[in-house]
Amino acid sequence: MNILVCISRVPDTATKVIIGSDGKSIDPKGVKYILNPYDELALEEALRLREKNGGNVTAITVGTAEATETLRNALAMGADNAVLVKGDEPADSYSVAVNLADYAKKMNPDVIFLGKQSVDFDSLQLPSMLAEILGLPSISVVSKLTIDGTNVSAERDIEGGKEVVSTTLPCVISAQKGLNDPRYPKLPDIMKAKKKPIEEIASNNLDARTVVHKMEIPLKERKAKILGDSVQDIEMLVTLLHEDAKVI
Amino acid sequence: MQKSLDYLNLDELYSEEEILFRDTVKSFVYDEVSPIIDEYYQKGIYPVELTPKLAELGIFGITVPTEYGGAGANYTMYGLAMQELERGDSAIRSFASVQNSLVMYPILKYANEELKSKWLPKLANGTAIGCFGLTEPDYGSNPSGMITNAVETESGYLLNGAKMWITNGTVADIAVVWAKLDGVVNGFLVEKGTKGFSAPEMKGKYSLRASVTSELIFQDCEIPKENRLNVVGLRGPLSCLSQARFGIAYGAVGAALSVYESALEYSKTRIQFDKPIASFQLVQQKLVYMMNEITKAQLINYRLGRLMDEQRALPQQISLAKRNNVEIALESARLAREIHGANGILGEYPVMRHAANLESVKTYEGTNDIHTLILGQDITGFSAFA
Repeated sequence: MNILVCISRVPDTATKVIIGSDGKSIDPKGVKYILNPYDELALEEALRLREKNGGNVTAITVGTAEATETLRNALAMGADNAVLVKGDEPADSYSVAVNLADYAKKMNPDVIFLGKQSVDFDSLQLPSMLAEILGLPSISVVSKLTIDGTNVSAERDIEGGKEVVSTTLPCVISAQKGLNDPRYPKLPDIMKAKKKPIEEIASNNLDARTVVHKMEIPLKERKAKILGDSVQDIEMLVTLLHEDAKVI
Repeated sequence: MQKSLDYLNLDELYSEEEILFRDTVKSFVYDEVSPIIDEYYQKGIYPVELTPKLAELGIFGITVPTEYGGAGANYTMYGLAMQELERGDSAIRSFASVQNSLVMYPILKYANEELKSKWLPKLANGTAIGCFGLTEPDYGSNPSGMITNAVETESGYLLNGAKMWITNGTVADIAVVWAKLDGVVNGFLVEKGTKGFSAPEMKGKYSLRASVTSELIFQDCEIPKENRLNVVGLRGPLSCLSQARFGIAYGAVGAALSVYESALEYSKTRIQFDKPIASFQLVQQKLVYMMNEITKAQLINYRLGRLMDEQRALPQQISLAKRNNVEIALESARLAREIHGANGILGEYPVMRHAANLESVKTYEGTNDIHTLILGQDITGFSAFA
């Protein structure tokens, strides 16, 4: 079974984001970059599928040279091959989807995995765009997956519940929390990953179809007041309800 | 997870795989150690369920060649792993230090091929635990005075004596024991279950509570001939201690990072006099002291790691790092405790636990004072030991 896993390099979720001087990008200074957590789920599912059925797992990313560290992480987790579609920082989700689709057309994978979204820009467009360009069925936000021969059955999280969907291979699956518990890269595998080659191909740096004009971080204010049961606090509460909220 | 303190951009000096391994261990500690360690510490128990998980990550035998089940990685990676383990708790780092530096290292370096093949793969995959017996009740800083002795017999050696303060002694499957043979220090591998060998656990510690500390007792304990290590004199155990002390120098920075980051976060959110306490000069002074000293310790570690990787590190350079880094880590833990105020004594924050652990780390593997004298001797040419 040939499996393609599309991954991305994103700022660590605990990063305190600072907007760059142009007002429309993230200042990368001091930011720790990691493998997108949803892509970890996608990769883990691919690795388990390979362990069960044989075959190989190729991890691919579209981005700048810095993304090799993310691919190295994927190799250390157990991916067999890694591909960097190297170019400028991708303009938007569509340009990433086109680049990924170009590679997928050559590789002809049985299944393509992605995280349901990247935790940097959260546009949630990539899995559907990729499937559409390739003309493949796509199941998104999958939290449980069974593949038996070419039959695919997936549980999806929907508002307030679950939905069970089926399709056949080849298809595109986007991973949601709960799908699995991703493994840590093991030291011996990190040492082996160091020696594995990373294939580089040039990206078609497509013009952006959507453009970011501005980014801003909401101001954090302490708006709530915490009051106890002391006499002063009760008096304060009454005053606030009377004068500020004007409800009594 | 938050990016750790890296004031001088030292991450740029470490390789991709060094960073990846460090961050993997950091995530592991965040997910698996930090949520449970306080409870184990309070109960005075080592969390045994961590051992197979640590083994799976590749924590045991980091620098040991792959043919013996190790990872064949460099010392810098070993150091960085110790840093991240000790960010969790000194007990977990101590476990890994002993297994790597004090057990696998001497077996790899001084044991015969048969013993290497028998023990190293099991120690690497965590199915065997090791311990290291050098210190005795009356001989700590002065190991050359040890009383434990071996006498040659027809079939091997007869071992008599007692060791104290031995990490993992009670749970160990194999002990590396140092004893005098004809008045000269020699090393022996003593297997669990050997007649005349027992290892009761020491209780009542206020530090390293999540670590097993034991006595080793040998009463006419028969050791086969081939279990004697191929090294003579105190340089045998000292070569192991150099390895372990290197790991401690990195480990101490992990504990320091833990208390510093906790104090920084706390000071920004704790409001007194209507302002975060981080806005007060005396609190800033403490935080800056910690940040500055940790940065210096990180620089020492980076350089020492590279010297270790090139096999050029001198024992006195390792003494400098161990002495400095543990001292500033302990000082940082005390300052962090003050910044946390009363909350600092609670298990909810890691600071009191680290402070208590570091009291042990300061005097084990060569006391702070002994490392001072090693350095004093090196720069003056005069020995002030006795």
